[in-house]
Amino acid sequence: MAKSKDTPLARRGFLKGAAAGAAAGAAALVAPAKTEAQESTQRAVAVPPTAAQRAAENSTASVAVQDIQIVERPGADYMVDVFKSLGFEYLFATPGSSFRGIHESVINHGGNSNPEFITFTHEECSAAAANGYAKIEGKPALVCAHGTVGIQHAAMAIYNAYCDQAPLYVVAGNISDAAERRGRVEWLHAAQDVAATVRDYTKWDDNPASLTHFGESAVRGYQIAMTAPMMPVVLAADGVLQEGEAPKEFDWRIPKLPRISQPAGDSAAVAELAQMLVSAENPVIVTSRSARTPAGLKLLVELAETLGAGVIDQQRRMNFPSRHPLNQTQRSRALITSADVILGLEVYDFFGVVHTLGGQVSVVPRSLIKPGTKLVSISSSDLFYKSNYQNFQRYEDVDLSIAADAEATMPALIEAVKRLLTDDRKQAIQARAAKLAQGSHQALEQTRTAASYAWDASPVSTARLSAELWAQIKNEDWSLVSDPFWVSNWPLRLWDFNKHYQFIGGAGGEGVGYLAPAALGAAIANKKHGRLSVSIQSDGDLMMANGVLWTAAHHRVPLLTVMHNNRAYHQEIMQLQRVANQHNRGVDVDKCKIGTEIANPNIDYTMLAKSMGVQAEGPISDPKDLSAAIQRGIRVVKGGDPYLIDVITQPR
Amino acid sequence: MIRNSIAIVVLAAATLAAQSAGNAENGKKQFVKLGCYTCHGYQGQGGGAGAKLAPNPLAAAALIAYVRHPAGSMPPFTKKVVSDEVLTDIQAYLASVPAPPPAKDIPLLNQ
Repeated sequence: MAKSKDTPLARRGFLKGAAAGAAAGAAALVAPAKTEAQESTQRAVAVPPTAAQRAAENSTASVAVQDIQIVERPGADYMVDVFKSLGFEYLFATPGSSFRGIHESVINHGGNSNPEFITFTHEECSAAAANGYAKIEGKPALVCAHGTVGIQHAAMAIYNAYCDQAPLYVVAGNISDAAERRGRVEWLHAAQDVAATVRDYTKWDDNPASLTHFGESAVRGYQIAMTAPMMPVVLAADGVLQEGEAPKEFDWRIPKLPRISQPAGDSAAVAELAQMLVSAENPVIVTSRSARTPAGLKLLVELAETLGAGVIDQQRRMNFPSRHPLNQTQRSRALITSADVILGLEVYDFFGVVHTLGGQVSVVPRSLIKPGTKLVSISSSDLFYKSNYQNFQRYEDVDLSIAADAEATMPALIEAVKRLLTDDRKQAIQARAAKLAQGSHQALEQTRTAASYAWDASPVSTARLSAELWAQIKNEDWSLVSDPFWVSNWPLRLWDFNKHYQFIGGAGGEGVGYLAPAALGAAIANKKHGRLSVSIQSDGDLMMANGVLWTAAHHRVPLLTVMHNNRAYHQEIMQLQRVANQHNRGVDVDKCKIGTEIANPNIDYTMLAKSMGVQAEGPISDPKDLSAAIQRGIRVVKGGDPYLIDVITQPR
Repeated sequence: MIRNSIAIVVLAAATLAAQSAGNAENGKKQFVKLGCYTCHGYQGQGGGAGAKLAPNPLAAAALIAYVRHPAGSMPPFTKKVVSDEVLTDIQAYLASVPAPPPAKDIPLLNQ
């Protein structure tokens, strides 16, 4: 590609070298560079003298001297100013030369503050951490990834965030101009279209060719990522644009980020839905990711209480208080089968809500709902689809689909419902709510009884582990930053969740290797609020991303990690057994462990953590030892450091 | 490929735990060896992946009938994979699992 006269490179401040005829002449070429570097210490990058230049300084011999290139206003400074304008608190990254210009500007121009560079040992970790951070903070962290290699490392975490509808903001370094690549490695780390590898599971990307273009796309990308459905965006940052001189005529203008109003459902559809809900005898609300913000949680409480409707929380966010009398999550089958109207709020799998998938080999769906039951969906997912990856799930025969953000639609829906309520309906709603509250109370008692089984077992039951942890954190300002699916959801069943930051859901794409870094990212977000972040960490997941332990120690991230160490990729043991039985061969446990166990040798997570600077203890296999260990861990975490407790657990 | 027909097993009369003639010690070993614990836990306590089996398990006949023709996501165990005798031993093990204290008497479960 021909180099334009307008490219930053063409505008670099060249100190012209020449075949020096005399030592004095050669020395003069070096001296001004030093002076200029000293005069602009914040921006100039002084190039060390070459051997030829040193020789020229010390000799009268005639030698060739390289050009000295001084960049006074590197483009990366502008990029960092744009990032600052967008309010990024952190830059999560493993360093890479294709974004070294941004890296240097973050430190020298930006003062390593807003964003502050947080060092990760793998790009999948930095991207997954940004996923966790976003779900606590409600906005993205800046993720920088080395061109080609870094973006490929980050790919799985980007896919998780895409499925999870979390705003990720990924900047991928790249050197577009082949003539500017220094040798073999920079060719290997450059791409014609660096975002292509993740385009199937990002919402938008761009490859800016100028600083003006970069600024506009950077702000546009932020707006896109933060508009429902929130998803990852990728912005390529060209290496020459980063490191080269900003054009003299460039005005350094930073485009304005607007206040973003989320898409709400149209008023006619909302009115129709309100009528359906008020008229229903057994309306049920199913939520998956409806509470984007703390306001979303409060709105859902108001809607449910206004309607006296049971709520089934699929818990991909902290949507609804776990002990609210209308929380019927533990009674979901009973509610779905008796419902006459089911409202899905950001439900990602409506088919799965109203069907069971039976069949020992082939899938045999069976409907759970009564004939005539009306299904209504409010979902921002309907505003954005891509084809290749199948995260959109099976098609369901919904009666009314409102393509909109559920949280943004709820205020109008609540008002519409209230307008329709008559005294008769209010009485019916009160009676229904009382009945649901009774069912909720009974479900909690049944849950507690279920948790009592194997109470003193060794390995430790996951219910016991969860109850022991709850006993120690319940009076703290706590936040569970892990997905409890792997421990049979005991925390969600036993603990009292009532604040938005107390839970962040799990991996959107169910990609293992999410949990540990997402927990860390969420803990980073919780840190400034003084919250106690706790994570129940699966062993297989940690082994995909254990470098986050070092990140936690290095950056002093207060996070209590309690290992759910069942010494296996346990899900796969169950899958293997299922297939073996389908084939009528069976498989004994020793064979089941082939390819699935994480044992022989057992991994010492305590030593692993300590090797990376994290205080740790264990393994604990007697539940009676848990309480004291958790108390010790909390003391360390409240002091500002991470702590890990290795617990040998029952499988689930 | 052999498909197992879906059998409707009437369990209502069989839900009472029965004194088993099986060998509980062998049943405990087989419970692990066959991988029952993977979904149901080492004490048959159940959880997110499998139903509670103990304490108070199904009677042996009902347990055998269910294992041969399970519902939901549980894989079937044919006689080729596990004999009635071994399942009877497993039932004896499950019947030997002591009941925990009532949940109301466990302070950690009342917080």
